Amino acid sequence: MTDTAPAIELKGISKAFGPVQANKDISIRVMPGTIHGIIGENGAGKSTLMSILYGFYKADKGDVFIAGKKTAIPDSQAAIAAGIGMVFQHFKLVENFTVLENVVLGAEEGMRLSTSLGKARKELTRLAADYELNVDPDARIESIGVGMQQRVEILKALYRKADILILDEPTGVLTPAEADHLFRILEGLKAQGKTIILITHKLREIMEVTDTVSVMRRGEMTATVKTSETSPQELAELMVGRKVLLRVDKVPAQPGKTILDVRNLEVTDDKGVKRLKGVSLNVRAGEILGIAGVAGNGQSELLDVLGGIQTATGEIEVNGQPLDLTGKLSDARSRRERGIAHVPEDRQRSGLIMDFKAWENVAFGYHHDDRFNTGALMDQGAIKEDAAGKFDRFDVRPNNPALEAKSFSGGNQQKIVLAREIERNPDLLLVGQPTRGVDIGAIEFIHQRIVELRDAGKAILLVSVELEEILSLSDRIAVIFDGQIMGERLPHETDEKELGLMMAGMTGASQAPAEEIA
Amino acid sequence: MDYATLLQIFDSTLRLATPLLLACLAGLFSERAGIFDIGLEGKILAAAFMSAAVAAVSGSVWLGLFAGIGASLALSALHGVASITFRGNQLISGVAINFLAAGLAVLVAQSWFGQGGRTPALIGAGRFEELALPFAESLRAVPVLGPFYADVISGHSILVYVALLCVPMTWYVLFRTRFGLRLRAVGENPAAVDTAGVSVVGLRFAAVGICGLLCGIAGAYLSTGLNAGFVKDMSAGRGFIALAALIFAKWRPWYALGACLLFGLFGALESRPDVIEAVLGFKVQAQLLSALPYIMTVVILAGFVGKAVPPRAGGEPYVKER
Amino acid sequence: MQAMPKWADIVLIPLINLLLAFLISGLVILAIGEDPVEAVSLMIDGALGSSYGWGFTLYYATNFIFTGLAVAVAFHAALFNIGGEGQAALGGLGVALVCLMLPWPHWTIALVAASFGAALFGALWAIVPAYLQAKRGSHIVITTIMFNFIAASLLNYVLVNLLRPAGQMDPASAKFPEPTHLPTISDILNGIGIPFAERTPANVTLIIALLACVAVYFLIWRTRFGYQLRAFGKSEQAAQYAGISSVKIIMITMAISGGLAGLMAINNVMGEAERLVLNSVEGAGFIGIAVALMGRSHPFGVLLASILFGFLYQGGAELALWTSIPRDLVIVIQALVILFTGALDGMVRAPVERMFLSFKKREG
Repeated sequence: MTDTAPAIELKGISKAFGPVQANKDISIRVMPGTIHGIIGENGAGKSTLMSILYGFYKADKGDVFIAGKKTAIPDSQAAIAAGIGMVFQHFKLVENFTVLENVVLGAEEGMRLSTSLGKARKELTRLAADYELNVDPDARIESIGVGMQQRVEILKALYRKADILILDEPTGVLTPAEADHLFRILEGLKAQGKTIILITHKLREIMEVTDTVSVMRRGEMTATVKTSETSPQELAELMVGRKVLLRVDKVPAQPGKTILDVRNLEVTDDKGVKRLKGVSLNVRAGEILGIAGVAGNGQSELLDVLGGIQTATGEIEVNGQPLDLTGKLSDARSRRERGIAHVPEDRQRSGLIMDFKAWENVAFGYHHDDRFNTGALMDQGAIKEDAAGKFDRFDVRPNNPALEAKSFSGGNQQKIVLAREIERNPDLLLVGQPTRGVDIGAIEFIHQRIVELRDAGKAILLVSVELEEILSLSDRIAVIFDGQIMGERLPHETDEKELGLMMAGMTGASQAPAEEIA
Repeated sequence: MDYATLLQIFDSTLRLATPLLLACLAGLFSERAGIFDIGLEGKILAAAFMSAAVAAVSGSVWLGLFAGIGASLALSALHGVASITFRGNQLISGVAINFLAAGLAVLVAQSWFGQGGRTPALIGAGRFEELALPFAESLRAVPVLGPFYADVISGHSILVYVALLCVPMTWYVLFRTRFGLRLRAVGENPAAVDTAGVSVVGLRFAAVGICGLLCGIAGAYLSTGLNAGFVKDMSAGRGFIALAALIFAKWRPWYALGACLLFGLFGALESRPDVIEAVLGFKVQAQLLSALPYIMTVVILAGFVGKAVPPRAGGEPYVKER
Repeated sequence: MQAMPKWADIVLIPLINLLLAFLISGLVILAIGEDPVEAVSLMIDGALGSSYGWGFTLYYATNFIFTGLAVAVAFHAALFNIGGEGQAALGGLGVALVCLMLPWPHWTIALVAASFGAALFGALWAIVPAYLQAKRGSHIVITTIMFNFIAASLLNYVLVNLLRPAGQMDPASAKFPEPTHLPTISDILNGIGIPFAERTPANVTLIIALLACVAVYFLIWRTRFGYQLRAFGKSEQAAQYAGISSVKIIMITMAISGGLAGLMAINNVMGEAERLVLNSVEGAGFIGIAVALMGRSHPFGVLLASILFGFLYQGGAELALWTSIPRDLVIVIQALVILFTGALDGMVRAPVERMFLSFKKREG
């Protein structure tokens, strides 16, 4: 213990959103000139805590001390005045403004804009030299990449003379190489005496850059330890509250005939950017192909094309028959008729209608099925009966299909989606982020169901940004980077390090899927 | 067609464009800040009534102007409370305000003056007089430009010149000041403004307030400049044409001037079918002319002639999100 | 988590909203120097106190049911159809063409054909904005507003230049022939021995309006299309995931919406005026917005709200007759209803939700 006052000290912070308690009596001390990590699962309350610190939310209870002084932070202005800067997970930038305008916004000097812009331009040059934060001040935000946008956010904070910098899940959208660059910047800032709070759910980052780490679980702070005195295993246990089973029990796959064959798939988005640049892969009956990659490298587009949400060029065959990629039969309904089921990445925005009752959601996407209809009318009795069965078989809690989808927890929502898609007995199941925001108990259940479907001889395409999940569930792994497949690996012949390099676009003489191209 | 007729048409174009221009710039401030306003019509109407009523009673058009601005600001405040404070639907709030103004104006007019929902005709100091610009008469002798200056540019009420002056002022405020930067930002991404420590609510109320002010002037001009008193429904869709002009102008001040002059010209031509026939060689239905601003807006909206991209956060109440 | 029981959402909050709207209306009446209590009693007496009053109240209500349903159906698909006014006007044109162009042997056949014409014209006027929204991304609120004005100009042109009989001064069509005249409610009731005031405009269209309520209920909550429409209205992204075509939903929903608004014309044009006049809709298209908001977009709610507005319209007319309060009072009330049930809903909802939450906490 040193005598210096902590840069930040929180005492007894509590915050509830309606009936949900997001933060419970949280206390934490962050020492100046350190990088302090806050780790926890999705929904553990990390972001809420930091939003309180930034004046974005008001705490129900508790106090904030900055440099030993009790400080009220009713709004972001007060936070900025107290020397706090925040880089949000979703950047807060004005897309059609220039970098310079974004940096100046809210920190202008005087009424006339030209004075402020001139001064900021000079300051940016200085900051760029000091901290490796090079950006073109006149570039529009919409025309620069995410890594660059993140640097603009950091510059915004520094321009406001922030001493304390909070970064919320900063590497979620970065490649490992970009992440390393970010960490170098953070080290540089630390060397200049800045205090940094790094919020993440990735153990690797915590171990790599932090000095101290605090663990959050279900809205509570469970421990604060020196990073050098802990291990990833210990942190993982602290995060989830018990030992984690990292491997799924499963027998070796018995792959059969090829179900899905994708050749040279290309997708261009509405802005004219190529999101998929000639992807080729295949999935056979009775195997799980995992797609590993940093979010935003084209895996979502791949799922969307296969699920009938996005048009594309190239060739896809399912069961030896071509899929329509642009025409009338390229919609999601046609895909389902071809035996493709889809557990979407974002179940709350895509997979479910949150305001519909659970039983109504059980027919979602399959509302044209004969079994759910009598003429033009929906057969509500049949749908309710089907829902009741699914709730039993998938152990959905509370076991009441008459509740609206939004009143279930993330895990139980996912079970409803999974029940709907798996029980349709598809030839090919697309699964995106199956356990994002799902509690540990449900994760095991969901993984087991996916493996069972594989053992029943179905083809499964798994997309996940969680490397552990990919490694433990897949029979084969394809790594995607910048819209291209960097190569394929077998899970028992690779590790997180190799996959991480491939996810960053670095690959040696590859064992590229030569057999498919040939 | 002779030059005198042309000048006449230009003259009435400018008169008819003035309330449109003021309302269009009003909408520009509001929508640039992310608050849709289909209640321009109602605010113009309320201001038109209040200006005429107070001018009639007090005999002072200036008092009338302030009263009109006050009425318009009151409705703006209502729109702000509904759509900013309580995060209600901005479109629905606008609809309500249009009806509120239409109903109340007649109700109050009847209660105050008992003339079937109109105000007494304004005379003398109750109206804005026409200003002769310097040298208007002496320059008349200059060929072509002289009569143009004397008949088209000169001889309008002061509010016409105010409206024209508002165009460069709006441009300057929007693109050259701190306030303008923040205003445009809040219409594009309020979260960026909020996290930068600037009040989203404050900015949006300011924008809605400016909108009320300009609509107030527009309404006052309608009943005390263009006409001599208030009659029921006298705004006659001008708020919506202004909205159309705003889309037509792609939310830019100078373009707004162009769009409003064009729509003003349609209005001027509507009462001169003979001129159209003389120029085009065939008859154009008056109804087609009156529908033309709306048809052109639909075509613009459909993106057949260049896409109009509205401010990105328009219409959405701001809710804090991480 | 639900903060509030369902009944509070469906009954309590609309009721509070409505009370606030009426409270302010009362204050407005006070402010213009009249007695609100007397005004209300005059209105009730004039609109509901006699079968004569009911004959008008129900006539107005019939109009509002159609335009209210039109707005409600679109609301379920998250579309704000502000163009009911223009669609109803075009519906009137459809009715006039059907009634004037062909000889009809009996009103029943004419009614079927005119309904078809009204719905078709109304639907066509809604489909253009729908297409522009679905395919070109033009904001449907703005386009439907523009289409109201274009409709007004179009009707003006048609009435002045095409449908106006030679020698007639006012811009209106010829009288519809006798066999197209619809039986009024009083014709029907008096026919079966129930006395009802004659010369009241409520007519057989009321029955069609009631049937439309039932049909819309089934459409929204029982049919497959309704399921897709509601899903689309809740989440466009999810609808796409489920293979629901946004273009199809927007086009069909707006066609139904415009068709319903157009159907209003069989009441006012065929049933009452028996010719097409300028501005035949008289704002009923806009009242549909108030009615749909107040009725929470549910057909039964729309029915109740329509009757309330029918009462306000007829009561307002009576008020204008006996006092110095102009009919425009109704427009003020309408504005306040839209304001409180629509735009200021959050003002009432938040405190009520907090109240229920604190109840819950005390119990838990």
